[in-house]
Amino acid sequence: MTLHIDIPDENLAGILARAFRNRSFLAGFVITALVAAVAILSFFWTPYDVTRLVISDKTQAPSLAHWFGTDHFGRDILSMIMVGARNSIAVALVAVGIGMGIGVPLGAFAAARGGIADDVLMRLNDLVFAFPALLSAIMITAIFGPGAFNAIIAIGIFNVPVFARVARAGALAIWPREFILAARAAGKSRTLISIEHVLPNIATLLLVQGTIQFALGILAEAGLSYVGLGTQPPMPSWGRMLFDAQTRMVVAPWMAIFPGMAIVITVLGLNLLGDGIADILDPKSRRQR
Amino acid sequence: MTAYLLKRLAIAVVTLVLASMVVFAVLEIIPGDPARLMLGLNASADQIELLRSQMGLNAPVVLRYLHWAGGLLSLDFGRSYTYSVPVIDLVRERLVVSLPLALMALALSTVIAIPVGLFSASRRGRAGDTIAMGAAQLGVAVPNFWFALMLIYLFAVWLRLVPGGGFPGWSAGVWPALKSLLLPAVALALPQAAILARVTRSALIEVLNEDYIRTARAKGLPYRLVLWRHALRNAMIPVVTILGLQFAFLLAGTIIIENVFYLPGLGRLVFQAINQRDLIVVESVVMLLVAAVIVVNFVVDLSYAVVDPRLRGRQ
Amino acid sequence: MSLLEIEKLSLTIGGTPILRDVELSVAPGEVMGLVGESGSGKSMTALTVMQLLPWAARATGRVTFDGIDILAASEDQMCALRGDDIGMVFQEPMTALNPVKTIGEQVAEGIRWHTRASRADAEQRARKMLDRVGLPAAQFPLSRYPHELSGGQRQRVVIAIACALKPKLLIADEPTTALDVVLQAQILDLLRDLVAENRMGLLLISHDLAVVTEMADRITILRHGEVMEAGDTARTLSEQLHPYTRQLAQASMHLPARARTHDSGSAKPLLQVANVTRDYPGRRISLLKPAAPIRAVDDVSFSMAPGQSVALVGRSGCGKSTLARMVLALDKPTAGTIRFRGDTLTGKSEAELKPARRDMQVVFQDPYGSFDPRQKVERLVAEPLHVLEKKPAPAARREMVAHALHEVGLSPKDMDKYPHEFSGGQRQRLSIARAIITRPKLVVADEPVSALDVSIRAQILDLFAELNQKLGIAYLFITHDLTVARAITDEVMVMHDGKIVERGRTSEVLDHPQSEAAKALVAAAPDLHRAIAKRLQEQG
Repeated sequence: MTLHIDIPDENLAGILARAFRNRSFLAGFVITALVAAVAILSFFWTPYDVTRLVISDKTQAPSLAHWFGTDHFGRDILSMIMVGARNSIAVALVAVGIGMGIGVPLGAFAAARGGIADDVLMRLNDLVFAFPALLSAIMITAIFGPGAFNAIIAIGIFNVPVFARVARAGALAIWPREFILAARAAGKSRTLISIEHVLPNIATLLLVQGTIQFALGILAEAGLSYVGLGTQPPMPSWGRMLFDAQTRMVVAPWMAIFPGMAIVITVLGLNLLGDGIADILDPKSRRQR
Repeated sequence: MTAYLLKRLAIAVVTLVLASMVVFAVLEIIPGDPARLMLGLNASADQIELLRSQMGLNAPVVLRYLHWAGGLLSLDFGRSYTYSVPVIDLVRERLVVSLPLALMALALSTVIAIPVGLFSASRRGRAGDTIAMGAAQLGVAVPNFWFALMLIYLFAVWLRLVPGGGFPGWSAGVWPALKSLLLPAVALALPQAAILARVTRSALIEVLNEDYIRTARAKGLPYRLVLWRHALRNAMIPVVTILGLQFAFLLAGTIIIENVFYLPGLGRLVFQAINQRDLIVVESVVMLLVAAVIVVNFVVDLSYAVVDPRLRGRQ
Repeated sequence: MSLLEIEKLSLTIGGTPILRDVELSVAPGEVMGLVGESGSGKSMTALTVMQLLPWAARATGRVTFDGIDILAASEDQMCALRGDDIGMVFQEPMTALNPVKTIGEQVAEGIRWHTRASRADAEQRARKMLDRVGLPAAQFPLSRYPHELSGGQRQRVVIAIACALKPKLLIADEPTTALDVVLQAQILDLLRDLVAENRMGLLLISHDLAVVTEMADRITILRHGEVMEAGDTARTLSEQLHPYTRQLAQASMHLPARARTHDSGSAKPLLQVANVTRDYPGRRISLLKPAAPIRAVDDVSFSMAPGQSVALVGRSGCGKSTLARMVLALDKPTAGTIRFRGDTLTGKSEAELKPARRDMQVVFQDPYGSFDPRQKVERLVAEPLHVLEKKPAPAARREMVAHALHEVGLSPKDMDKYPHEFSGGQRQRLSIARAIITRPKLVVADEPVSALDVSIRAQILDLFAELNQKLGIAYLFITHDLTVARAITDEVMVMHDGKIVERGRTSEVLDHPQSEAAKALVAAAPDLHRAIAKRLQEQG
C-alpha cells in the first residue's frame, strides 16, 4: 500500500488558529493536560499518603472524606489514582521514546537506502510483528523479573517496528517528490536529505502515531500491572488496583470503577488529541469541513 | 499471481524459521535448570546429571535447536517439566477453550464493526455518525479486562444472567459452554470492534473521495449502490489488514481475559508455565501463537490478491 | 431550442463565491467550448449540470436540461439523467476507473442500471461500445482490468462509459490534458466523431484555446467565475473584441524575443552524451526465466554547445525524462558515457560530482511539488550553494539569494516567505532562481511551463529567454509541447522509443519534419493560428 501525504502549506499561526477550532483536538488537549497536571501534582501533594495503611478505614464507600472511597488496606483511592497516573505516564512515555528513538532512524534509513538494507530491516520488522506484543511483554517481564523498568523495555521493544514502519512508509511517500530531486541535484547526501527534508515532512505523521502508541502504552502498562508484572506494590498502579478490586467486586465496586475510569479518560484524551492533530494537519479533511 | 504468492509464502516461511530461533534463543539464556526443577530441591547432583542427559540437555545448542524444531514440525512439542505429560496434550486441552473464544470475539467484532463503519461513512458528519464514532472513540479507550470486570458486575453479580467465571467444559453441553464464553467474548470483542469500525469508516471515506466514485455516480448509479458496488471492495484492504492483526491480538489477548474469567485456556496455561518455569510449555505455546500470526498474515496477503487485481499480475 | 440552458448561475462553496451570473447554452448536436484558466470555475459549471457538486455548494439561477429544471430536480431524477441523457468524461484517466473492476463490468454497469437489460445484453452492448472507441475485442476483452491499460486507452474506456447510452449531452472536462499531443489528437477525433454520429451536444471544457478552437462551434470564455465573452468560435477569436480574449489568444501564441541564437559545433562542446543506454528491470512473468529488461533509453548520443538552447521533444514514455536524469547524474546509465565540460560524469561518486553539479542545475515541471513546504525561500533558493567549495557566510548567502530573486523578477523581501505564499507562476520563478544561483553553464528544464496557465507561461518563457541571453546559460528543455520548443530553442531533438530519431534547427524540424515520429508530433500539435484559419475557411 502506498501512503499519501498531504503536506499542509501553512505556517504555525494558521495551524494553531485551526487547532483551537477543532473539537477533537481541544477536548484531547484539555484532558491530556489535566491528566498530566494531576500526575505532576501527585509529586507534591495528594489528599492522603498512599503508603500509609489505615485498616480501620478499609473498603469505605465514596464519601466527602474519601471522594473515590478506600481500598482493602484503607488507602485513599483518589490519592492512589493520582500517583498511578504518574507511573502510567512515565512508563508509556519512555516506551514511546524508545520506539521513536530506534524505529524512526531505522525506517528513514530503510527508505533512503532501499535495496537489501530495506529488505533486511523490513523482514526483521515482520519478525517482531509476528510475536503477539502483550504475550511477549509478559514473557519478557516474567523472565527478567517484574517491575516498571522491565515493563518499559518490553513495551518499548514492540513500539520500535511500529515507528519504523510508519517512518518508512512516510519517507517513501516523500522521496519521489521533486523537491527531493532538487536537493539531490544540489549534491546533498541521502542522510542530509533525510534530516533536512524527509523528517520534517513526516514529523506530524510520527506525532500522530506517537499519541496512539502512548495510549496503547498506557493500556499495556495497566495490563502488565494487572497480571502482577508491571509497577510493583506498594507503589500504586492502575492495573494493580484493578487486580485488587477483582475479588472484592461485590463489596467494593468503587475499587474497580474509578481506576478503570482513570485509564479510559487518559487513553481517550490521547486518542482525541491524536485524531485532532491528524485532522488539523490533513488538508484533505479540511477542504470538506 | 503465483509470483506474488510464492514471494509472500517465502517471507512467511523465513519469518517462521527466524521466530523459532528467537524463541529458542530467549529461553536458552534464561537462568534455571529444568532438570533441577523437575526433580525438586532434594535431588542429588548425580540424579540431576542423569536426567539432563536423558532430556538431551547436554547436547550442543545447534543440535538441540534442530531436535526441538524438528519435533515442532511433527507436532511433538516434548514433555512438560511440571506436569510430565506431552505438551501437545496440554495445548490441545486448552485450545478447545481459547480458539472458540477468539473466533467468537472476532466474529462478534466484525459483525458489529463493519455495519457501523458503513453507516457512519454514508452519513458522514451527521448526528448518527457523530454518535457512532463517539462511542467507538470511547470503546478504543476501554481496557478489555476492566470492561470484563464491569460486565461481570453487571450481568453476573447484579443480573445473574450468566456465570461470572469458570468453564464447565464442552462435555457439559454446548450451550452451557458457550454461555460461559459469552461474556469473555463480548469483553474481548467490543474494544476491537471500536477500532475496526473506525478503520472501516475512514477507509470508506478515503475511497469515496476517489475519482472513480465520481465516474460511477456520473453513470447514474444512486449513492447507495456506489457505496456497495464500488467503495466497499476497495476499502476492504485496510479492513482486512486490521482483521488479521486483530486475530493475532485476540489469540494472545485472551491471556488476561482468561485470568479475569478463570477460563482454562492457552493464556492461563502459558501464564502458569512462566511462573513455574516450565519453559518447554512456554516455548511451545509462544511458537504456536507466532505460527498462527504468520499464517493469518499470509491469509491476509492472499485476500489482498483476491480483492486487488493489480497484485494478480497479467493473466 | 437549446438542449442545455444555463441562466444567471451563481455558485458558492462554503460561502466562497465560485461562479457569478454565468450564462451558457448548448444546442442539440452543437459543440460548445468552455475556456478559462485555472480557478475560473469551468469544472464547477460542469459539476453543477451533473449535480455532483461538493456538499457545501449552493447554486442559484436556472439550469434547464431538455426541459428539466436541474437545480430543482430530486436526486432520483438526477440519477435517471446521469449516464443516460448526460454523459461525462473526466480529466484524469489514470484514476477515473475503479481498479478492482473489469472494464467490461464498468461499461456494462450503467447500461444495465438504466435499461434493465440482462447481463448478457449489457455486455454485448458494452463490447460494441468498446469496439467503437477503438478498443477491439482481440486485444481488449471485457475481462481486462484498468491497470492493464495505458492512459489513452483508459480515457477511451471512460468515453465508452459516458457514451454507452448515446446521451443527448456529453460533458468533457479537460479530457486530453493528462495525455500527450498525439493521444490528444486521437481522443479529440474520437469525441468529434461520436458527437457527430449521435447528434450529441458537447460541452468541451479546456484551458487550451487551440484545442477548443479546433473542436467548438461556439465558445464561452470564463474568468474568475464570470463569463467574459461568448459567441461563434471563429469570429470571437479572429476579432478578439474583448481585452481578455485578446490577452489569452496572444499568450497562447507568444514567442519571446531572442536576439541571438547559438549554433552547435563552433565551440568546444559543453555536454557530450555518447551511446547512453538505460535499462530497467522488467516485470517478472515466469519464475524460471529472468525478466526481460525494459530499455528506456537506447544508445543515445548527442552533444550541446555552451549557451545553446536545445529542446528534447517526444511523446510521454519515450525516455526523455530518464535521459534528463542521467544528464543530471541523478540516475546512472546502464551503458555509455556522459561528459560535461570535458569531465566524465558516469561512475563518479557524489563527492566527485560536486564540481560538475555547480555548473548544472534543474527546473522541474510542478511548481507545487518542487519546494519543501517546511522551509523558507531563503534556504530553498540557497540549496544549490551546498556544492560550493567554500560555503558563503550567512550575510553573503542572503545577498546571493536576494540577487537571484531580483534576476527572476521577484523581490528580495520574498526570501522570508514560505513557498505556499506564492502563486504557481511565482513558484516557477523561484525554481529558476534556485537554478541560476550558482551561475551554472547548463540548466535542464523538465516540462517547466506545462503546469502553468497560458498567460503566466508566456511570462516564464520570456524569463528563460532573457536569462539565456544575459547569462549565456545553455538549456536542455524536455517538453512534449512543440510551441514551447519553437518559442525558446535553437535546436530540436525528437525522441521516440528511447532513441533520438531526428535532430536539427528548431524551425526546420517543426516546419519540415522528416521522421515518422516528428511528423506525428507536428501533425497532432494544436496550433491556434492554424485552427482559426481553418475555421474561417470552413465558414467561407
